[in-house]
Amino acid sequence: MKAFADLLERLLLAPARNTKIALLRAYFTGRPDPERGYALAAIAGALSFSGAKPAALRALAQARTDPLLFELSYDFVGDLAETIALIWPGTGTAHPPELPTVIHSLRGAAKDEVPALMSGWLDACDPSTRIALIKLITGGLRVGASLRLAQLALAEMGGVEVQEIEELWHGLEPPYGELFSWLEGKGEKPNPKERPVFRPVMLAHPVEEEDLQRLDFAAHRAEWKWDGIRVQLVATPYGKRLYTRTADDISGAFPEILESMNFHAVLDGELLVMRDGAVAPFSDLQQRLGRKNVSTSFREKFPTAVRLYDILFDGPEDLRPLVFDDRRARLEAWFTRERPERMDLSPLIPFTDLPELAALRAGAREAAIEGLMLKRGDSPYLAGRPKGPWWKWKRAPLSLDAVLMYAQRGHGKRSSYYSDYTFGVWNEIGELVPVGKAYSGYSDAELIFLDRWIRNHTTARFGPVREVEKRLVFEVGFDAAQLSNRHKSGVALRFPRILRLRTDKPAAEADRLETVLGLIVS
Amino acid sequence: MPPHPGSWLCPTPQGLYCRPGDFYIDPLRTVARAVITHGHSDHARPGHDHVLATAATLALMRTRMGAERAGARQQALGYHEPLTIGAVRVTLVPAGHVLGAAQVVLDYQGVRVVVSGDYKRQPDPTAAPFEPVRCDLFVTEATFGLPVFRHPPVEAELNRLLGSMALFPERTHVVGAYGLGKCQRLIATLRHGGYDQPIYVHGAHLAVCEAYEALGVALGVIRPATVAAKADLRGALVLAPPAAIADRWARRLEDPVVCMASGWMRVRQRAKAGGIELPLIISDHADWDDLLRTIEETQAPEVWVTHGAEEALIHVLTNRQIRARALSLVGYEDEE
Repeated sequence: MKAFADLLERLLLAPARNTKIALLRAYFTGRPDPERGYALAAIAGALSFSGAKPAALRALAQARTDPLLFELSYDFVGDLAETIALIWPGTGTAHPPELPTVIHSLRGAAKDEVPALMSGWLDACDPSTRIALIKLITGGLRVGASLRLAQLALAEMGGVEVQEIEELWHGLEPPYGELFSWLEGKGEKPNPKERPVFRPVMLAHPVEEEDLQRLDFAAHRAEWKWDGIRVQLVATPYGKRLYTRTADDISGAFPEILESMNFHAVLDGELLVMRDGAVAPFSDLQQRLGRKNVSTSFREKFPTAVRLYDILFDGPEDLRPLVFDDRRARLEAWFTRERPERMDLSPLIPFTDLPELAALRAGAREAAIEGLMLKRGDSPYLAGRPKGPWWKWKRAPLSLDAVLMYAQRGHGKRSSYYSDYTFGVWNEIGELVPVGKAYSGYSDAELIFLDRWIRNHTTARFGPVREVEKRLVFEVGFDAAQLSNRHKSGVALRFPRILRLRTDKPAAEADRLETVLGLIVS
Repeated sequence: MPPHPGSWLCPTPQGLYCRPGDFYIDPLRTVARAVITHGHSDHARPGHDHVLATAATLALMRTRMGAERAGARQQALGYHEPLTIGAVRVTLVPAGHVLGAAQVVLDYQGVRVVVSGDYKRQPDPTAAPFEPVRCDLFVTEATFGLPVFRHPPVEAELNRLLGSMALFPERTHVVGAYGLGKCQRLIATLRHGGYDQPIYVHGAHLAVCEAYEALGVALGVIRPATVAAKADLRGALVLAPPAAIADRWARRLEDPVVCMASGWMRVRQRAKAGGIELPLIISDHADWDDLLRTIEETQAPEVWVTHGAEEALIHVLTNRQIRARALSLVGYEDEE
């Protein structure tokens, strides 16, 4: 348990992705089975056992401590799990429990047996380990690392492609002995057979001007690029799943889609909120994301559907080696045959040359369209982001001139730089109101300039945030403007980034809120 | 019946004043006669007329503030050498806090008071270990006066640092550490554990390290980090003041792992908010268990708390039938 607790603490505090991967890899390489497998399951959120409520643990701790001391400590520390861990009497014994023992005991325990188990373990562990134990048992394990990072670490450890692990993943069970044995070259690669596993998706590159000049348009097909979330629908005789493109299982959040998946196939498409065939803005879909339980009224208010554009498996048949044109024919035939509810096909857009395509892209002002997809008709379905077969051609960004209001220091390599910027525009009564936050788009030289400017023009400090003189204007690029109550202005920008600094422009000439409101398309 | 110490030892805005000896202990403002427990700047302030302290504390004061500001007249007193000042007998006893740190033992009309200054009970190769002295009144700090503060063994914390250095050999580990005491304790403990690579220190730490060497504390090869090439610092250990590690000074380092050695690192939010990647719970102050153990060992029926989180400590002492009082002296810092 100690090694796992150390790992969690370092993951929580490590700012850089590569550091987290290195920490995970060192842990998976150095720890024995089944401990490392249970740790992986904890990170993946794949463990289920009888837990305990934070209030029950608080009662345990309060029974062992003076009430005033507990209150003073909790006020100071601020986090209940941490307070309990630190104030618990004693500093541990020579034989703290191992992670697998904890998991096995919890799996076999009735709900009312958990507190007794817990107090024995808290006695045996040192304070740092207790924090991990409490977080694990109360289900509040915020790991600071995603399953994706763990999979990248496993791929490095085994010298395999991460897509191979993704593809196996949903066919595996904790503590993943089979997986580790394959990665260490001691066993066969696990075979998911017909279990409803995720298949690595094919991704597109953004197309640049020079790419467009070289493209053979006769060999390419065009589709709209929809502003939803990319999903993979997997239905086999063994189960049904809805995955994001990063292999997160989101089946539970979209029950109506699962209900419509009465077929045997793997499909690629865009999840959208649709009302009477019309796609709603992305902000509507955001209402549905990240929810574990969905009420019927919520389902009716934000009805979802999937716009399909590819087929990976038809029954048990793997179609990925087929070229796009052949898969498209199979998709259309499959759709005609199955007619699933809450699904339609993303149409192919006929065109002949670049000017016609450019006109289509420029003409698409509908909020649900982000731009165009260009796919080679003769390419198989390839995992990852191969350069050449698929391109995305996003609409030109919208832009506005906004004034820097607040700045915050970044993380990791940028931790000594003010690199996160909140900017605003003028409202009707001449106040500056924030509309967004940008973290990217500037060059290294611009970052150094901004950092110095911010330090020299600070007017107030709020913890890590500095308020600055309202003098510096940015040209901010973004994909769309939406109504939102996140900022005082009532609007929010999608994918804001800094296009350039406008040191030439007086702040009074920055854009007005009414201009931003005029850019909202619904 | 001897007079109660409250009649001759008084908290004043200038600091704790001993009337029968006419001196202040760790005065917060400039005074005629000062007895200084240790060299930290909140306890050893410049400009007093007469200063009494251990030879090491006086030397460290001269290093940090210059000979002319470290007291017009300086008088060194060794540990366990009683000295009568006015009507009171003064003895200095090791406090274990930093090199030269002393508790001030005051004997007056058969009553013994111990003013402990800052102290710790954990081992420290650079400081003489704390000695509990039986007394009638014990004056204590309470920097870590909450039961959540329990410092783990230093070796375990330093092993986490060395483990991280082995895991990320291409990065520079920069440890935020107080410049007097903590910095040298970390270096000396690492040297005892067999770490023999050069250790780089921020310019602000260099003079104090040299003063420690001159006072007989071996620190091995110390190099200035400020002038070192970025490439030389790959895989190296750098010690710097806490304020420097996450700000512009640290840009000279190669992809640094930002570490911090402080008792406050026990609380994760402190580490997270400070941008600390590797917190090391290493303190030169007594933790909660050691505060209580020390008070018990002095057998004092009365305790005064100079500064820190006194509420919890006073609550516990009162429950134990010990008279406890908060002095709430303003000017001593919680930094370490």
